[in-house]
Amino acid sequence: MSSGTPSRWTDGSMHRRVRRRYAAERRFRLLGLAAVGVSVLFLAFLLYTMAAKGLGGFMQHEARLPVNFTQSDLFVDPATLRGPDARQALASADLEGVIAKAATAAYGPAAQEMFGDAAIDQLTSAIVDNPDMLNGSTTLWLTVASNVDVAAKGEGDAKAEQLVRTLEGKQALRQRFNTQFLTSSDSTDPTSVGVWGALKGSFLTIVITMVLAFPVGVLAAVYLEEFAPRNRWTDAIEVSINNLAAVPSIIFGLLGLAVFLNVMNLPRSSPLVGGLTLALMTMPVIVIAGRNAIKSVPPSIRDAALGVGASKMQVTFHHVLPLALPGILTGTIIGLARALGETAPLLMIGMRAFIAAPPGGVTDPATVLPVQIFLWSDEVDRAFVEKTSAAIIVLLLFMLLMNGLAIYLRNRFERRW
Amino acid sequence: MSLGLVFAAILAVAAMAWWLGFVRARRLRAIGRLHSLPAYHGAYAALWAAIPALLLLAAWAPVQSRLVDQAVMSSPEGRALPAFEMQRESILSEAREMAHGDLEQGFNPESRTLAPRIRAEESRYAIMGGAVALLAALAAAFLALRRSAPEFRARRGVERWLMVLLFAASLIAILTTLGILLSLMFESLRFFKLYPVGSFLFGTEWSPQTAIRADQAGSSGAFGSLPLMWGTFFIGAIIAMVVAVPLGLMSAIYLTQYAHPRLRSWLKPILEILAGVPTVVYGYFAALTVAPVVRDFGLSIGVSSASSESALAAGLVMGIMIIPFISSMADDSIAAVPQAMRDGSLAMGATKSETIRKVLLPAALPGVMGGVLLAVSRAIGETMIVVMAAGLAANLTANPFASVTTVTVQIVQLLTGDQEFDSAKTLAAFALGLALFLITFLLNLIALHIVRRYREQYE
Repeated sequence: MSSGTPSRWTDGSMHRRVRRRYAAERRFRLLGLAAVGVSVLFLAFLLYTMAAKGLGGFMQHEARLPVNFTQSDLFVDPATLRGPDARQALASADLEGVIAKAATAAYGPAAQEMFGDAAIDQLTSAIVDNPDMLNGSTTLWLTVASNVDVAAKGEGDAKAEQLVRTLEGKQALRQRFNTQFLTSSDSTDPTSVGVWGALKGSFLTIVITMVLAFPVGVLAAVYLEEFAPRNRWTDAIEVSINNLAAVPSIIFGLLGLAVFLNVMNLPRSSPLVGGLTLALMTMPVIVIAGRNAIKSVPPSIRDAALGVGASKMQVTFHHVLPLALPGILTGTIIGLARALGETAPLLMIGMRAFIAAPPGGVTDPATVLPVQIFLWSDEVDRAFVEKTSAAIIVLLLFMLLMNGLAIYLRNRFERRW
Repeated sequence: MSLGLVFAAILAVAAMAWWLGFVRARRLRAIGRLHSLPAYHGAYAALWAAIPALLLLAAWAPVQSRLVDQAVMSSPEGRALPAFEMQRESILSEAREMAHGDLEQGFNPESRTLAPRIRAEESRYAIMGGAVALLAALAAAFLALRRSAPEFRARRGVERWLMVLLFAASLIAILTTLGILLSLMFESLRFFKLYPVGSFLFGTEWSPQTAIRADQAGSSGAFGSLPLMWGTFFIGAIIAMVVAVPLGLMSAIYLTQYAHPRLRSWLKPILEILAGVPTVVYGYFAALTVAPVVRDFGLSIGVSSASSESALAAGLVMGIMIIPFISSMADDSIAAVPQAMRDGSLAMGATKSETIRKVLLPAALPGVMGGVLLAVSRAIGETMIVVMAAGLAANLTANPFASVTTVTVQIVQLLTGDQEFDSAKTLAAFALGLALFLITFLLNLIALHIVRRYREQYE
């Protein structure tokens, strides 16, 4: 630029310079690819880790146990087992001792504690189903205790692994799908935990969130986009909506704690309060998505409807809103998916309590899937690692389902004018 | 009789009003041309029947519970209750549950005598309030129905109600903001009565372990928030941004400028998935997989203090979580740069990367900066990753391998224990919440301002 002499385009130095610039171009491009690659690889690694750790959580080992009831110290009259109080009668009986004795008889003293609470439950059910069992001997497949299960999956301590080898030598160990994981609730015993209670809690919470946030969000979006006069009041509403969409979720938890629990005295840990809190958090997201969808409906539609004599309200509710609905629904589903994965605000309103029964209604104490994951991740027992990861797989599947639905809606129904 | 029954009755009255209004209007057609469709006449009557009565009912519910409490306390059974407040409250709540049939058998013997009294008082006041609300519904429906005439503008009336509804819906946003501010400020003020503001803001020692009884040792907790602020800033604004800004920016550049459309249609959803993964999953991953690697790395390069709950592990994972956010913000700002600027640069013989680095990025910088500020605000408010991976020790350290704690971690810690609500510990959580809210609010405001100013520049 400074020199007055014209550039010589055929010069060797010029070629070198161009080559250097092209090399820089390629490097830059590769850098960009690498940046995207990091994200993709991270996601792949995350999913792989969860799958590798969690798929085992859906499987469970059970061991064969020959039980001879005539030799055991169990004194239960088979006659009492025919009535409705059979389970109560068995609860006071020493089934744990029966199992321990049978296990040591079959697999040596190391096997004394190879069965846990889940096995006692199974034995109870088996006896209730067939009380005549008590008069003779039988062979049952029972779920092993968590330390044996972990050892059978290759991560246990030496003593348990020794036992697993013994069992495998006698072909007394097999793996089966852990249906209990999908049908039961939280428990202190990792072999009998399940996600059903948390799933039900999540479902109730999200339903409350949707019922509250969707109508309010849509109506607010309609007001702001179609009717609001340009004044300071409207500006205040807009600023607060934009700000609420970026407020940390834990703040909504504090709001829920202070207002819903301490002022309004709503039931603690309930899906009702969780849903209310998440609704306040989701509403701004729906409003913003709704406004964008309404904005994209062309003015010609409004003009045409107004032209044939519709009122402003009729134009909005008969024409603009139906056309904007796919966009609004997409935004709503994405907002609800976010609410489904939310943990922090629900911790604030007490949804982290240990709850062993699925909630019956929206005012019962409940927990939700993400909080359940958080609670299990805190457990010391190694068996909870795979349960946590398995619960994460369930959660991710639901997220994927919701996001897939949103993408489907967007592609199927959204119109571009 | 419960208020739920009254609610159903009001809805029934409204449905009936709708039907009557509809039928009357249809009959009016014989007299002359209607201004509004019959359905509007029905809706007009139904809205008048339902809305005022329901509002009355909603206002009555809290008044009723207070009146019931008062009546129960002044009854002979209520006066026999122990004076100690916590004990009295527990008996009362038990009796309430028994009265509602949620509880078969109470723990306290007093609650058994109290339960029928509560039930009687509740039904007495419910009948009072319910009757008033129901009368209001009937009267309003009657008045509304009387107005129906061929030239009556029922549609205008309905639309006015709808307008009120729309406005009320948009007010909820303001009410939420106010609710957050007021509840945080109210509890914070109570905290600052117990603990001086100055020591909270500038104190360097954070140890909220207060004794439960006054005579226990260590009964005075220290609530100096500086180490928490530093930890929050260190993880959210430094480590996470060092990861997220370059990666997010380069991702956006690659996706918008270089990637083939088909490749982009695959890569963009993947980034969106990354943004949609719940934070508790990131937290678990950070604690279980990333943190041990970081600690081993720290030990191998000779940092003996490397902790298994390190700032680096939490920050790294948080940075990855923020990438899609930065990427989409940068995407928007790059797209907002006028095509003419890009074309001009390319026409001068600049390569694509030179155009990006020397023309597009400088032009898009304000927008990108706004996006980064929003990302920081999101990162410092993020809770689960730091709760699970960053630890509890309040250290004022710049060592990324050490354990630091953040505002959000401490809020969770302070509020998830079992203690009474008025202790300094729980109130401190609200003070921290207020600080967090104000900081993120300020960041958002500045960021949105920058982004808007920048957009206007090119429009």
